[in-house]
Amino acid sequence: MDTNDSIQDIFLFETNEYIEKLEQLLLESEKANEFSSSTIGEVFRIMHNIKSSSAMMNLNNISTLAHAVEDLFSFLREQKDNGNIDSNVLYDILFESVDFIKGELEKLSVGEEIDGDSSVLIDKIKTYYLSLREETGTVKQKNSYKAIVYFHKDDEMVNIRAFAIVHSLEDIAEKVTHSPEDLIDGGDATVQVINEQGFTVSFESDLSYHEVMSYFNNNMVSFREIELISLASGDQGEEQVELAAQQPLSKDGKTKGKKEQSEKQGKKQAEKDSLPEEQPPEQGQAQQEGKEAGKEEHEAAKKTENESIKQEDKATNKAEQNQGEKKVGSASAHAVISVDVNKLDKLMDLVGEMVITEAMVTENAKVEDLETSKLKTAVNQLQKLTTEVQDIVMSIRMVPLVVTFRKMHRIVRDMSKKLNKQVELEIIGEETEVDKNVIDHLSDPLMHLVRNALDHGIETPEERMVLGKTEPAKITLEAQNAGSEVLIIVRDNGKGLNKAKILQRAMKHNLFNKPESELTDKEIYNIIFHPGFSTKENVTEFSGRGVGLDVVMSNIELMGGTVSVDSVPNEGTTITMKIPLTLAIIDGMNISIGGAYYTIPTTVIKKCFRPQKEDLIIDPNGNELILVRGECFPILRLHEVYNIKNNVSDFTEGIFIMVENEQKTYCIFADELIGQRQVVVKTLPLYLKNITKAQGVSGCTLLGDGSISLILDTARLY
Amino acid sequence: MYDSIIPDALDTEDTLKGKYLTFFLGEECYGIEIRYVIEIIGIQGITEIPELPAYIKGIINLRGQIIPVMDMRMRFRRPFKEYNDRTCVVVVVIKNVSLGLIVDNVADVIDIPDEEIVPPPNAIDTDYRFVKGISKMGGQIRLLLECEKILGEDEAEELVSSINQL
Repeated sequence: MDTNDSIQDIFLFETNEYIEKLEQLLLESEKANEFSSSTIGEVFRIMHNIKSSSAMMNLNNISTLAHAVEDLFSFLREQKDNGNIDSNVLYDILFESVDFIKGELEKLSVGEEIDGDSSVLIDKIKTYYLSLREETGTVKQKNSYKAIVYFHKDDEMVNIRAFAIVHSLEDIAEKVTHSPEDLIDGGDATVQVINEQGFTVSFESDLSYHEVMSYFNNNMVSFREIELISLASGDQGEEQVELAAQQPLSKDGKTKGKKEQSEKQGKKQAEKDSLPEEQPPEQGQAQQEGKEAGKEEHEAAKKTENESIKQEDKATNKAEQNQGEKKVGSASAHAVISVDVNKLDKLMDLVGEMVITEAMVTENAKVEDLETSKLKTAVNQLQKLTTEVQDIVMSIRMVPLVVTFRKMHRIVRDMSKKLNKQVELEIIGEETEVDKNVIDHLSDPLMHLVRNALDHGIETPEERMVLGKTEPAKITLEAQNAGSEVLIIVRDNGKGLNKAKILQRAMKHNLFNKPESELTDKEIYNIIFHPGFSTKENVTEFSGRGVGLDVVMSNIELMGGTVSVDSVPNEGTTITMKIPLTLAIIDGMNISIGGAYYTIPTTVIKKCFRPQKEDLIIDPNGNELILVRGECFPILRLHEVYNIKNNVSDFTEGIFIMVENEQKTYCIFADELIGQRQVVVKTLPLYLKNITKAQGVSGCTLLGDGSISLILDTARLY
Repeated sequence: MYDSIIPDALDTEDTLKGKYLTFFLGEECYGIEIRYVIEIIGIQGITEIPELPAYIKGIINLRGQIIPVMDMRMRFRRPFKEYNDRTCVVVVVIKNVSLGLIVDNVADVIDIPDEEIVPPPNAIDTDYRFVKGISKMGGQIRLLLECEKILGEDEAEELVSSINQL
C-alpha cells in the first residue's frame, strides 16, 4: 500500500465517521425538534474538519460544500434565538449535503472519478442562508454603502490601488460596483478621473458602518481620504444615512478623528487605541452613544467567541481521537486501533488453517497410539490454545449492530416524510455483536424490510385514526443472541399481511403443494418470500408485502440464515431473521458418500436416522418417499445428483439426514455419518464461482486428514 | 503462502523473460511462460464439484488453499487419459486466479528467444486460440500457450461440450 492510498484510507475512514456522526446528530436533534447550541457547535466543527481534510485531499466539491454549511452554522451559532428558523428546510439541506458527501466518498473508495457537482447544493445553502438572515429579526440586513476614496496626489498607480481596494472588498462585500469602471485598461484617463473626483465604489455588506470603516482603515492600501456613505441599512434606517454622510475619515485624518473622539469619549478611547481594529469611528451625536457601546460589546463578544472556537477546535481534534473508544462503549479508556479488514480475513484464514493442522496432528493415528503422558499434556495444551486463539480472532471480527441499526433512522425519517406517515423507530439490542461479514450482508435486507414495513405495513394516519391506533406508528428493530445465532426482528404495528390475497395469489401461481385446508397461517405468510411470489404486478395490484422479499430471503440464506414472518391482522407484522453469528466457522455434520465428503450445517438438520424398509414408499411417478411419524418426506439421493459411484444404494444400509428449511423438508441419503464438528468455511475459488451456476454447494472445508469436504446448501439442493 | 512469492516473481520478471515451462499432452509439447508458474506438484486427490464444465476436474487442497484444477487435455478437447504417477499439476496464477493445470508430464524449463517464435497460422482450427506462438527451436515444435485465454469462459466451448455430453 503506498502512502497516497493510506492517506486516502485514513481520510475516508475519518470522514465517514464524521458523516455518520453528523447524520446521527441531525436525526437526534430533528427528533427532539430543537437545535441546541451544542449541536450547532458540533455540526460546525464536523463541517470544519471535513472542509479542511477534503481540501487537503483536493476534493474541492466536498470542501466547498462543507465550507458553505460551515458558514451557515457559524451564523446559526451566533444567533441566540433559533426559534423562528425554518428547520425543515434546514434539515433537508443538511441531509442532502450529507448524502452528497457520502456519495462522493463512496466513489472515492471504489476508485471512481470524484465528479459530483455540489454547486446546486451550495447555491441552495447560500439562498437559505440569505433568507435566514433576512427572516431572523436579530440579524442586520445587508447594508449598502458608497465609498469615495481619495488617493495621495502624487500617486501614479491609483488605478492599481483602486483595483486592490475592489479586490479586497470582495472578501467582505457583495455587488461591488465602482466608477470609473475600467481600472486596468483605462490608462491615464482613469488615473486622472480618480485623482480628480476620487474613486467611487458601491457595495453591499453584512458589516456595520463602523466595521466597514475599520476594514478600510486597516486592510486597504494607503489612501489619503475616504468618504463612506451608508445608503440604506436594514436595522438602523434613514437615521444612519444622514449621520454617515458626515463621516469623512482617512488614514491621514485619523489623528484628527481620534482627537475628536477622545474629547467625547475620554478615557474609554484611550483603551481603544491599543486595539486599533476595535476602533469605533466617531458618531458625533450623543443619542447614538448608547447604541454604540452596545455594538462594541457585541463586537468584542464576537471576537472572544471566535477565539474560543479555535480553542474548541483544538479540543475537538483531541476528543476526536478518543472517539473510537467511546464507540466501543466501554467506560474505561483503552486504546483502539482500526485494522484493515483484509488483514483480519487473512488472520482468520490462518487460524482456520491452524485449527485444521492441529486436528491433523492430534488425530494422527501414530500420535494417538503413543502412550507418553507428556505428549498428551502437550497435545491438550495445544488444543486449548488453538481454541482460545480462534475465539479471540472471532471476537476481533465481532462488531455491534449499532451502526447498521442506526442507519435505519435515516430511512424511516426520509420515508415517513415522503409518505406523510408518522413513524417512530424503536431499537432494541443494538449492542448485539455479529461478525463483520454478516453485518455487510445484513444492511440491505434490513433496509428492504424497514422500507416495506413503512410503505406497506404502516397505515396512513387517517386509517390509523379510524382503527383507533395511536400515532406515531412504531417500527421496532430488535436483535438478540440465541446460542450461536442472532435473531434480528423487524416488527411494525401496521395493518398486517392480507392473508386472503396472499393465498389467492399463491394459489394462482401454484406455489403450494398442499390443499388450502391443510395450510397453516404461518405457511401462508411465509410464501411471500417465495421467489415466484413477488412479481412486478404485485406492486400495483397487491398493496401488501412482496416487493423484493425474495431478495431478502436469498441474502439471508446466503449467510446460512433463515427468515420467517408472522402477522396479526391490524396488529402488525413481525419478520424474524435468524443469522449465524459468524460466517467463518459453522457447526457442521460431516457425511460421506462413496468416498466423497460433504458437510451439512447442523442448523438445518432436523434428525438423522436409519430407516425401516417398510417406511419406504415409491409414488406413481417413481419418486421415493419416506414415512416418518406418519408424515411423508421426499428422498434426495445425493449420489445421483452428484454422480458419485461406489456408494451404498440400499436405503437400509445408509443413513438419512432430514434437513429442513423454510420452504421444504426432505431427507438426504448418505453412506454414513462421519461426525459433527466445527468446520472452517472456505469459499469456493472465485474462478469456479464465475464459471459455474453450481447450486447446492455453499463452500468447502478441510477435514482433519486434509481432504476437502463440500458444504451443502440445502435450500438450493432440492 | 505463495502470495508472497508472486511479487518476487514479478520483480524478477526480466530474468524470467523468455523462459518457458514445457509439458506434454500426448505427443504435443506445450510451453507456458514461467512467470505464471508457481509450483509443480504430483497429482493428488481431487474433490469433484457438481455442475462444472468437464475440463474442470474439481478442487484440490494445496496446503490449505483451495484451488480448482483443470484437465488440459480436456480443455483442448483431447480424449481423457487416466492419471498416473507422471501426471503433474502445474499451479499457475493467471490474472490473480490460482489454478492447477493437469498435464501428462512436465518436460523442462527452456529459454525461447522472441525471434524463435512465429505466430500461429491463421487457421480456423479453434485450438489456435489458446496458442499465441509456435517455436521450432531445436527442431522440436512447441506450442506456446496464451495463459489468459485458458481461463476465459467461452460460451461456444461450453455449448460444444454440453452437446457432446448429450
